[in-house]
Amino acid sequence: MSVKPDFFDEMDTIRGPRGPYRDYCNWLEQAEPAALRRKSRQAESFFRKTGITFNVYSDAQADERLIPFDLVPRIISAAEWNSLSRGIEQRVRAINAFLYDIYHRREIIRAGRIPESIIAENVAFLPHMIGVEPPGGVYTHIVGVDLVRTGEDEFYVLEDNARTPSGVSYMLENRETMLKMFPDLFSKIRVQAISDYPKMLRKALGRSAPPASVGRARVAVLTPGIHNSAYFEHAFLAEQMGAELVEGRDLQIENGRIAMRTTCGYVPIDVLYRRVDDDFLDPLNFDPSSLLGVPGIMDVYRAGGVTIANAPGTGIADDKAIYSYMPEIVEFYTGERPILKNVPTWRCSEKDSLAYVLEHLEDLVVKEVHGSGGYGMLVGPAASKREIAAFRDKLQAKPANYIAQPTLALSTVPVLTRAGLSPRHVDLRPFVLVSPDRIDIIPGGLTRVAMKKGSLVVNSSQGGGTKDTWVLEA
Amino acid sequence: MMLGRTAGELFWMCRYLERSENTARLIDAGFRMSLTRSKSASSEWSSVLATVGCAELYKERHDEIQGDKVIDFLLRDKTNPTSVLNMFQGARENARRTRTALTLELWEAINASWMELSDALRRQVANTNTIDVLAMIRQQTALIRGCLYGTLLRNDIYRFCQAGQLIERADNTARILDVKYYVLLPTAAYVGSPLDNVQWEMLLRSASAERAFHWVHEGETSPAAIAKFLMLDKQLPRSLAYCYDQLERHLVRLSVHYGDRDFPSAKKASDFNRTLSNQTINDVFESGLHEFIAWFLSANGDLASQIETDFRFNA
Repeated sequence: MSVKPDFFDEMDTIRGPRGPYRDYCNWLEQAEPAALRRKSRQAESFFRKTGITFNVYSDAQADERLIPFDLVPRIISAAEWNSLSRGIEQRVRAINAFLYDIYHRREIIRAGRIPESIIAENVAFLPHMIGVEPPGGVYTHIVGVDLVRTGEDEFYVLEDNARTPSGVSYMLENRETMLKMFPDLFSKIRVQAISDYPKMLRKALGRSAPPASVGRARVAVLTPGIHNSAYFEHAFLAEQMGAELVEGRDLQIENGRIAMRTTCGYVPIDVLYRRVDDDFLDPLNFDPSSLLGVPGIMDVYRAGGVTIANAPGTGIADDKAIYSYMPEIVEFYTGERPILKNVPTWRCSEKDSLAYVLEHLEDLVVKEVHGSGGYGMLVGPAASKREIAAFRDKLQAKPANYIAQPTLALSTVPVLTRAGLSPRHVDLRPFVLVSPDRIDIIPGGLTRVAMKKGSLVVNSSQGGGTKDTWVLEA
Repeated sequence: MMLGRTAGELFWMCRYLERSENTARLIDAGFRMSLTRSKSASSEWSSVLATVGCAELYKERHDEIQGDKVIDFLLRDKTNPTSVLNMFQGARENARRTRTALTLELWEAINASWMELSDALRRQVANTNTIDVLAMIRQQTALIRGCLYGTLLRNDIYRFCQAGQLIERADNTARILDVKYYVLLPTAAYVGSPLDNVQWEMLLRSASAERAFHWVHEGETSPAAIAKFLMLDKQLPRSLAYCYDQLERHLVRLSVHYGDRDFPSAKKASDFNRTLSNQTINDVFESGLHEFIAWFLSANGDLASQIETDFRFNA
């Protein structure tokens, strides 16, 4: 096994396997390579049979694809996890306080810690949310915090997903698949369980029931439908929570509540876990052409008739310009030093930064402030001269639309290839559940892995794969 | 209680599955007939097309009626909305939509069948493979039905599945009779001639009833007996009478499940079942076989839309 000196490999050191991987590597040494490859094919056929797919659109034709699954787990020690989860909790707490503040008194702007323009120019900012009290005070019921690692103690937050983070179904199915394929491994190595996630999600959503709710909160998952790329996940979570999976056309307003059309008439919903973007949520208040939402739902929401999870307007916290202020935001609302590091970020809206970025395009990663999914970004070191030139034009035309970051030396974890193990870059998305009185973090998360050698792009829409993520018992 | 849309999707999922199975059976009957009776093959294929209700569409696509073209059109033509491939795709799509209502076994059976079927129908099926592919389709639908019977709770989900299957089956059997009713008329000139025997056999085979008929009737074949068997014999799971016996049962159970409410669909199914039960084959022939079938088809369609209304399939 070769170790690339430029990158931190989480499994291998020159002296042998790193601590958290020691037991696994012992097991791996005994394993037949051919048998492992057979298991790998088994896993693929299992995913296909179960229909764990995502939809990709190309040439107007929707295609169901599998996300490549690699069966070498990504392993995190209990101690590493404890310090990570403290940092995550702090950050998520700050994000919720920040959202409340932005939609109320805006203390942070008054205090001069962030410029007002950054909110005013933010497309995810929803004036409809000003002064609204979300039930239980929770804005982001579910958060995915994307982390990358560059060294033994070097973790960075790459971005916050405060809108509708996806991927948790892969986290759960990856574990299920590993348990099925390697039961012996789990009896040798103590891995913290994650299977409670749907139950915890159900509880967290229930705790944020709106004032109008009576008795046990009725939860429904709102999906755009089977052609959405994450439909599998929507159905999976609804099923696991015992919640209804609804579409906009199933819903209407009845007596000031959001109600779903059932075989026995309209039945009110207390908490709507929506997997539909803000724009499409309410054709009366937002995009009038949307068929995915419920006309008037914002009015019901504001009157306390329903909980929308996550709350509308949380997308401002996903914004990459806001991201660059996260250290200030964490400090402002928690009074503590941020535990998790931010990646140094140049805001191209600032003249000096822009000049620097234009000078160093071939070394930097440049991202759209509102972008996601790995689209519309430039990875300088991997881009051709022509791509860089084209991007330079875009950047100069609209500098405030971009931020830039150094290319991080993302850590690697090996994947199983035909030629044996080979290191690939990874990131990590832990999932966080926010209730009015508590924050729960599931020990693990979704490890995304760039399947192409040397590639730093881990997004599934760009050919990335996933791994099971183990947090070891203390 | 469940979403009205979900109820509708389950109902149609089972209709699609039932129809794809029945279409495969019709193709099978036509194919066997064309192997043995090449002269009358083209008129047999015409009646198969008429039975599935796409004779017009076929004519738009093809100039002449040819066995392999008809088979391809019925099995896998993407522009034919009722091709087996399209029906199956619709069923699988509805299964994806209603996944939270299905057991894992049932979903996996439908998904696996879809993968096998879409693979087998990727290209035109060679003549030598036709029988195998048709058998595979029936095996796959049998597998799905097995998972449905074997794993679903006997609740509203199950009842909507059953209702869809039975409405579609009753419709399909009636259509087979509608196209071929003249073969069964007692006044036909060639009663008992070899041609008639072949026609009768084809008719029974189209409903997978040829063996069953001979068991029940011990080798004695008459048009009246066949008509009675396919329409009024409750022992035969594809007969009109069986379908309505079961439809009434499921719709009444559904009313009970929903707290003894009075749904017009349950009442309609009961009335309809009583009418069918009281019919003798002589009554049917007296009032006119063709008229009877036309009446049945329209009443069956009427019940389907009553179910749709009662359980709020649509907004």
